[in-house]
Amino acid sequence: MTKLPFHGDQAELISMRDVDKVFGNGTVAVRDMSLSINQGEFVSFLGPSGCGKSTALKMISGLLSVSKGSITVNGHPAGAGGDGDDIGYVFQEATLMPWANVFENVYLPLKLRGLKKAQARERVENVLSMVGLMNFAKSYPRELSGGMRMRVSIARAMVTKPKLLLMDEPFAALDEMTRTKLNDEVLSLWKTHGLSVIFVTHSVFESVYLSSRVVVMAARPGRVVHDIPLTSGYPRNAAYRMSPEYAESCKTVSSALEGTLDNVDLNH
Amino acid sequence: MSTSTIDPTPAAEIATSRNNPVIRRERREKRLRIVLPIAAIAIALALWEFLVWYNEVPHYLIPAPSLIAKTLVTDWASLMQSAVFTVKLTLMSLGLAIVGGVLLGMLFALSRPIEMSLFPFAVIMQVTPIVAIAPLILIYVSNTFVALLICAWIVAFFPILSNTAIGLRSADHNLRDLFSLYRATPLQRLRYLLVPSALPYFMAALKIAGGLALIGAVVAEFVAGTAGQNTGLASRILESSFRNEIPRMFAALFLVSLLGVVIFLFTSWLSRAVLGHWHESEIKREG
Repeated sequence: MTKLPFHGDQAELISMRDVDKVFGNGTVAVRDMSLSINQGEFVSFLGPSGCGKSTALKMISGLLSVSKGSITVNGHPAGAGGDGDDIGYVFQEATLMPWANVFENVYLPLKLRGLKKAQARERVENVLSMVGLMNFAKSYPRELSGGMRMRVSIARAMVTKPKLLLMDEPFAALDEMTRTKLNDEVLSLWKTHGLSVIFVTHSVFESVYLSSRVVVMAARPGRVVHDIPLTSGYPRNAAYRMSPEYAESCKTVSSALEGTLDNVDLNH
Repeated sequence: MSTSTIDPTPAAEIATSRNNPVIRRERREKRLRIVLPIAAIAIALALWEFLVWYNEVPHYLIPAPSLIAKTLVTDWASLMQSAVFTVKLTLMSLGLAIVGGVLLGMLFALSRPIEMSLFPFAVIMQVTPIVAIAPLILIYVSNTFVALLICAWIVAFFPILSNTAIGLRSADHNLRDLFSLYRATPLQRLRYLLVPSALPYFMAALKIAGGLALIGAVVAEFVAGTAGQNTGLASRILESSFRNEIPRMFAALFLVSLLGVVIFLFTSWLSRAVLGHWHESEIKREG
């Protein structure tokens, strides 16, 4: 087995075994999903809409229950371990409270944990400067651009110092340049904080640029069809985007993804 | 694929919005917003005065504004007593409508079955004209003030109830998920998520309920007639109409309108004060 180029040890962080998710209306969102993710990995879930990638993420976070099978995170059943501090979650939209300023939004997870504002101030200010928003602590979400709002959202996810960062198509609504920039910021967070990241996306380029491993999923029913390790080393930057390695990986992942689309067409 | 949009820099935007021309324009607009309505009303009153004087309209048909003003001064004591009564009635019914509407709205938002069972009652209370129920309430409740209070309350209560229930349910789904993820207690969820999300709905309801409480109070007084010892502005109007004291009628009417305007201005101000810094409905757009 190729040694993957991510940092950290190789202890298993997430284990999904034979997981099914069937919704109340009978839709099979995920079928027979088994996956093992190690600490320090940067894994992308890539697939067409309806392939259950977001559902899988929600189940790992414990927001959705599994219909069958089991998920453990850090040895605990999903959603039951720790006090919620271990996981940071970034939604597709920034999902900020419009009535609260940037500081209050980032402070929220600590506030729910019972920390007083004075106790939390330093941590909040640290993550804000980490995402370059130190001067916007008093701004309201409506005064910020889409990219800045997403940075606030990332800061909020990072304020509890999570081990695992779950990101559900976080940059899908942003323009290309902002997206590229934020991709680099996420990579640097991952590296400096020894995070494990699961990144849901429908962009081949994004998944190849970011991840140490791409899990390709297909729809109807949602399932894993390919599990592709990417051996290119980090740090990855603009030069990596130009490299033959990158092009090669994109080709591999693209063709794997096209396979899933063919299946869909045959079935319907 | 190749979008050329660059991340806008709000720092610069915010800076330019504080430049002088904008502020000057804003101040001018603010002045106009006060000066124009006052001027328009003054002109209308002058025209009224002139037409009454010019056509020699008798004061028992249409009194001139000056006569109404004079009546306000001469009957000040009795009119004020009535105004205080109506204000008390309106504010108390509005207060009770807020308390009842919010509590029941919370209950509705917490439990679907409770909402489904109780909502029909709320609707029936709302759609039955208050004029039709008021006589019954006046029969059953011996204390006239309490009877009037109940009538005004019924009218003002419904918008608060329905908007609170809708508002509490309107919280963003991802934010709800976020609160679950961080294991928020039910109380934290209510305080930090549901209540702020419901606030714009509640404020909209308050604006409506404020006006309705006054209407309810006036209508109930009309139904009660001049029977009670403590009488409000509506019974003053009735009484004046029986005695053909038209200027006094206008004076009382003026006070009722004034009360309505004050309630409207106050609820609007409150809404702006509470929501102004974040909610779309109260944010002034820069043109």
